[in-house]
Amino acid sequence: MTGSNGDGLDEAIGRRRFLGYVLAAPTLVAAAELVPPAPAADAQLPSPELTELLDLNDVMTAAALPTSGLISVEVNPDGTVSFALPRVEVGQGITTSTAMLIAEELAVPLERVRVTLADARPELVFNQLTGGSNTTIATYTPIRVAAAIARLRLLAAAAAELGSAVTDLTMKAGMIIDRSGGGIDIGALAEKAASTETRRVSVELAPRGNFTVIGKAHNRIDALDAVTGRKKFTMDLDIPDAKPTMVCRPPTINGTVGSVANLAEVRSMPGVTDVVVISTGVVVRAGTFGQCVDAIRALKVAWRPGTAEGKSDESVLRELEAAELPLGLRPPAPVVEGKFTFYFRSNSALEPNCAVADVGADRAEIWSALKSPIVAQRAIAAKLGLPPGRVIVHVTEGGGSFGRKLFFDAALEAAEVSQKIGKPVKLMWHRADDSRQGRTHPMATSRVRAAYVGGTVLSYKQRHTSVSTDLGHGLGEIITAMAARLPVGDIGFSQTFFHLSQAMSYRFGASSQLLSETDRGFNTGSMRNVYSPDVTCARELIVDQLAARMGKDPYRFRHDFLRDDRSRAVLAKAAEAGDWGRPMPVGTAQGIAFHAEYKAVSAALVEIDCRPETVNRPIRDGVTGPRVTKAVFAVDVGLAVNPRGLEAQMMGCIMDGIALALTSSLHLDDGYFLEASWDNYFYTRQWNTPPELQIIIMPSTSEEPGGAGELGVAASMAAVACAYGRATGTMPTSFPINHGTLSFVPKPTVPPVPQSPVDGLNDAR
Amino acid sequence: MPEHTFRVNGEQVTVDVAGDVRLLWVLRDILGITGPKYGCGINVCKACTSHINGRAVNPCAIPVKDLQPTDEVTTIEGLPATVGEDLHPMQQAWLDHDVAQCGYCQPGQIMAAVALVRRVAVEGREITDVDLDGLRNICRCGTYFRIREAVKAGAEHM
Ligand code: FES
Ligand code: FES
Repeated sequence: MTGSNGDGLDEAIGRRRFLGYVLAAPTLVAAAELVPPAPAADAQLPSPELTELLDLNDVMTAAALPTSGLISVEVNPDGTVSFALPRVEVGQGITTSTAMLIAEELAVPLERVRVTLADARPELVFNQLTGGSNTTIATYTPIRVAAAIARLRLLAAAAAELGSAVTDLTMKAGMIIDRSGGGIDIGALAEKAASTETRRVSVELAPRGNFTVIGKAHNRIDALDAVTGRKKFTMDLDIPDAKPTMVCRPPTINGTVGSVANLAEVRSMPGVTDVVVISTGVVVRAGTFGQCVDAIRALKVAWRPGTAEGKSDESVLRELEAAELPLGLRPPAPVVEGKFTFYFRSNSALEPNCAVADVGADRAEIWSALKSPIVAQRAIAAKLGLPPGRVIVHVTEGGGSFGRKLFFDAALEAAEVSQKIGKPVKLMWHRADDSRQGRTHPMATSRVRAAYVGGTVLSYKQRHTSVSTDLGHGLGEIITAMAARLPVGDIGFSQTFFHLSQAMSYRFGASSQLLSETDRGFNTGSMRNVYSPDVTCARELIVDQLAARMGKDPYRFRHDFLRDDRSRAVLAKAAEAGDWGRPMPVGTAQGIAFHAEYKAVSAALVEIDCRPETVNRPIRDGVTGPRVTKAVFAVDVGLAVNPRGLEAQMMGCIMDGIALALTSSLHLDDGYFLEASWDNYFYTRQWNTPPELQIIIMPSTSEEPGGAGELGVAASMAAVACAYGRATGTMPTSFPINHGTLSFVPKPTVPPVPQSPVDGLNDAR
Repeated sequence: MPEHTFRVNGEQVTVDVAGDVRLLWVLRDILGITGPKYGCGINVCKACTSHINGRAVNPCAIPVKDLQPTDEVTTIEGLPATVGEDLHPMQQAWLDHDVAQCGYCQPGQIMAAVALVRRVAVEGREITDVDLDGLRNICRCGTYFRIREAVKAGAEHM
């Protein structure tokens, strides 16, 4: 069953042995260092491709080495197994995949594994950051090691108990069974297998061929809670006296409060308990969020200018132009060139920014879905003037992230307010705030030039110019800290990040891809898949042009130029399953694209319908436009821990890719974004969803899993763009393609939040 | 303060709050019923979708004073009881198809789906792609395709 790859690995290092610990505790607790030592990357490798030497995930994984703490698996007397995951679940399915790793090693049913989210653990330093699709890559081995050690201890305890040799015992469904068929539940062994002292233990991990849980499709462990409404998000928590709190925000990006004319009047409005000015606006705390909205709308505030005053899409385009890096001399060969524009996009999740804070004189307690809780803890402590040890940060489950929850804007605000008024607060951003003042994917341009002669591509140059991406949430610190250890010279961490995430997957001769950034006045962040959707979209459109110049089919061209078998296999799979090249009616077309990242490879094939009757199909308060009628996606992440979860992530990535290519963007005008809610910002909706969708998980090609949460966005966006170009006969150069048409009437900026309608009963359906 | 009486998930409730406070906040902030989620507050995202007298509504757009004492509000928490089971067939279909990712939109999605299936049944026909295209609930995690599959499966058992 095991591939030759796996067997070879076993032989090469003898056995897959790892060190871990049994901890002194009343019940069995086994632990492992979050990141076990990996073979050091040889920095002398003369590779032209930095991403081959080391990718972002190696950096994130290696960064944790000197300081990592322990993670522990605990067996409880009731037969359950507990684990506190130092990451945040925001929909990506990591609590489920983590439970699967433990269920595999301990042979317990998945339902008996309880995965919770760890509070901020400062001793983990760099290794409590959920980002870069790194969770499974970084935790896969340590969690299995801890669970395998627990397994050893349980077997030893059972042997004593049953009077039988360990070799005669088997583990099944949470029981340990001897040859006579007699058995004992692991719960009954939890105390007997405990240790009175902390000891170092070595353990062997099962090879891939023996897996019974890992690699099999499992439904999510939190699904029942999600469908019954029992799943608790931050705003659902019942923290005593934490009353609804909202902020009246400025009409322009990052404006500040000048003065408030009617504080006393608003304080006496129904339900209102507090109105105070903080650094980001005027805060209202009330009995209900509805009363917060009323009070915010009543406030009379004089605002000071923000950090993007007077700016518009056009002025930012000019800034980008001024910051462009040269493409160099035009080579003496035929070239294909293109310049592509990508407008601002919102990474708002459906759950808006929110946090609960309870700050006292010498302590603070925070609840929020945080991807970088240690950095949040440090920043909050600094803001409050408390030692970090006095700030407890609870990580809650999040309603989506897409990069948004790498930051802790709401947690910082909630802490500031709670300290100021001396009361607990449940602070939530209104959707309009989340849309207009929240983090964005920065506007960017990408210029590409490829030179070719005959059937050979001689060179490929890409210059990506972007409004600055704010990486100040910890990922930036990781990369800065590691930059000195990388052969990239003295460049900033966003450039390093860019290098690390952009592989050159094609044999295109001398290639160079560079990033330059400008303007720090916007609230930006690492939106799902960060630079890759734009960079890949531009590249794949040029690839289609190159293919056309050489008279080759776009699929064949890619297949011929991809660097390795694994890449070619995933592309061929998508082409075959999607019936590439089938005859299509005029105005419709297929598009195909490839992307590699996070130690994974992926290919998308889509079919698009750009005929007028489809483009103009009527939908109330929605954008229709071209419809992606079919999407086929093939993915190879090395080892897929939970194929059903991976499939779900790819499905979400496809919906993101469709939105990025066709419908979703922010329009910047006079220092603010026009979009204020979901009827303005056109993320993919049911009427944009491909009625036909197929996701193919390639057979495992590795002993180690790759990253998956973001992987699929780039190839999806690129395939949609390529299909659109082929259906219309014109290569699109500006994204999303409908950005030039404003499909809504912008909502006012003063007051900053719209009133809720009152006619909801009329809509009963 | 004025009192408002109506029924929620099979029980009579009375709340003491200004009449223009929207039902969503009465449910979440006063009654502690947190299944219906906030996503926009202006009746466009549909995350708060619940039922009144069996029909889908958006409580963020309903002033509490509009409710009559006999009006039956059903949130996701009360959905199983409408069929006298631990889970409504639509919830079971959601589990079978492993629809939820972050889960934030899903209470609203399920409530909208149940109302859609009831509506289509009254019209004496099957669910079509056009019906599914007409579901307005946003899922920012992009679970739309599995939602489509689950609605069709759930409809068969309703
Ligand atoms: S919160 Fe009610 S529809 Fe969005
Ligand atoms: S599952 Fe996350 S918004 Fe729908």
